[in-house]
Amino acid sequence: MSITINGSKAQLPDDPRVSLLDLLREHLHLSGAKKGCNQGACGACTVLVDGNERILSCLALAVQYEGRSITSIEGLAANGALHALQAAFIEHDGFQCGYCTPGQICSAVGMAEEVRRGVPSQVTKDLSDRIIVLTHDELRERMSGNLCRCGAYNGIVAAISEHHTGAVT
Amino acid sequence: MTPFTYSRAADASEAIRLGRQPQAKYLGGGTNLVDLLRETLEQPTALVDVTGLQSAIEERQDGGLLIGAAAKNTAVAEHRGVRTRYPVLSRAIVAGASAQIRNMATVGGNLLQRTRCTYFYDDEGSPCNKRAPGQGCGAIDGFNRTHAILGASSTCVATHPSDMCVALAALGAIVHLRSARGERTLPLTDLHRLPEDHPEIETILDPGELIIAVELPALPFASRSTYRKVRDRASYVFALISVAAALELEGETVKDVRLAFGGVAPKPWRAWKAEEALKGRPATAESFRAGAEAELADARPLRDNGFKVELAIRTMVAVLGELTGENA
Repeated sequence: MSITINGSKAQLPDDPRVSLLDLLREHLHLSGAKKGCNQGACGACTVLVDGNERILSCLALAVQYEGRSITSIEGLAANGALHALQAAFIEHDGFQCGYCTPGQICSAVGMAEEVRRGVPSQVTKDLSDRIIVLTHDELRERMSGNLCRCGAYNGIVAAISEHHTGAVT
Repeated sequence: MTPFTYSRAADASEAIRLGRQPQAKYLGGGTNLVDLLRETLEQPTALVDVTGLQSAIEERQDGGLLIGAAAKNTAVAEHRGVRTRYPVLSRAIVAGASAQIRNMATVGGNLLQRTRCTYFYDDEGSPCNKRAPGQGCGAIDGFNRTHAILGASSTCVATHPSDMCVALAALGAIVHLRSARGERTLPLTDLHRLPEDHPEIETILDPGELIIAVELPALPFASRSTYRKVRDRASYVFALISVAAALELEGETVKDVRLAFGGVAPKPWRAWKAEEALKGRPATAESFRAGAEAELADARPLRDNGFKVELAIRTMVAVLGELTGENA
């Protein structure tokens, strides 16, 4: 029974009660994904499955992801260079305490894929649209599963917006 | 969490065989069940993962769609046929939870998710007849602003939390079930039961019975349908009131209409009385209000949730106005 974490094979725990988040943090000592609420209400534990599907690792049992590939914040930087979104968060002060940041950034990577695929959101006006324009409202709605208790939302939105559209809001 | 075994079913037959173990539960995306396990509100001794079962969304000969129970909520919301022929369903799904949760949650699991009544969750401090039958209900005389105004009983006033189910109720969705005895189908509106004296029994499913698919019958006028959710913040919170509606007009008359409420009852609430009151009536705000009032005449508000009666009426009027093309 194995799972791939940030490109490396890892053993799954014998006890099926171990969440994917606890596997990352407690077993593999990858403390990037955070345990905020541990009940699916804050998004701090967001990781990516098979490249770019964002999920909440606190509500996932690790065994459910046997054979799958998980990317946490530690896996985004390549060859020592920050992922462009990480750089954009620094540039735009997209954080204060930093606790929600790994989840925000993983979530934004997953969101980009959903936008590319044309997945509608609650604020999408025409469901028949095949192309989603990532307006300010679309971005905020699509990122609403990631809370920031410091209230660094302006910087977060600016960082993600710049990364996706090249335009600073 | 209390200890359990975990197995992944390769097909429905294996799932049903494994589901016959004592105290077994089927596991979908886990977005509700894992939380309930952690709170020890659910204590199965065996989990049977059914996320590998039927997940395709298929065209039916009769013009409907068949959605595998393991389809992810996101997959349903983004499906081209759902978006164009049943927009109310796409709208309801994207109004619920967050993108991460919608990526994990399955259709079958969404149907069987449990109430988010805070008294149900508060096992250390509050009585709950759903959690411990006969114990009493903390919500009936407690903080019940979010609780039910329709279909509740003296034992339980919890609401069903799903948005997706409200759209499915309006669309007349059919649930496909399988058990050791074979397959059967039933309307989604018959899947969940009202609490009456047994709020701990939430559905009419037999032990070990598995949801394998949800069928959307052909309903051409559902292309004119939508979903509106009213809540305390703009996103990522459960409904105070929601309305799913599909409207067919003939000139300026309501030829046919499908209506359901969320956030008001222990189950997704098909508004049969409002529908009957509206058919054949002029498509005006006055008719819409009369229809909504016909449904809400049965409302039994609690101490804190009386506002839901008028809010439900106004939301239904606004949604029907939107579907007639008015700027409601």
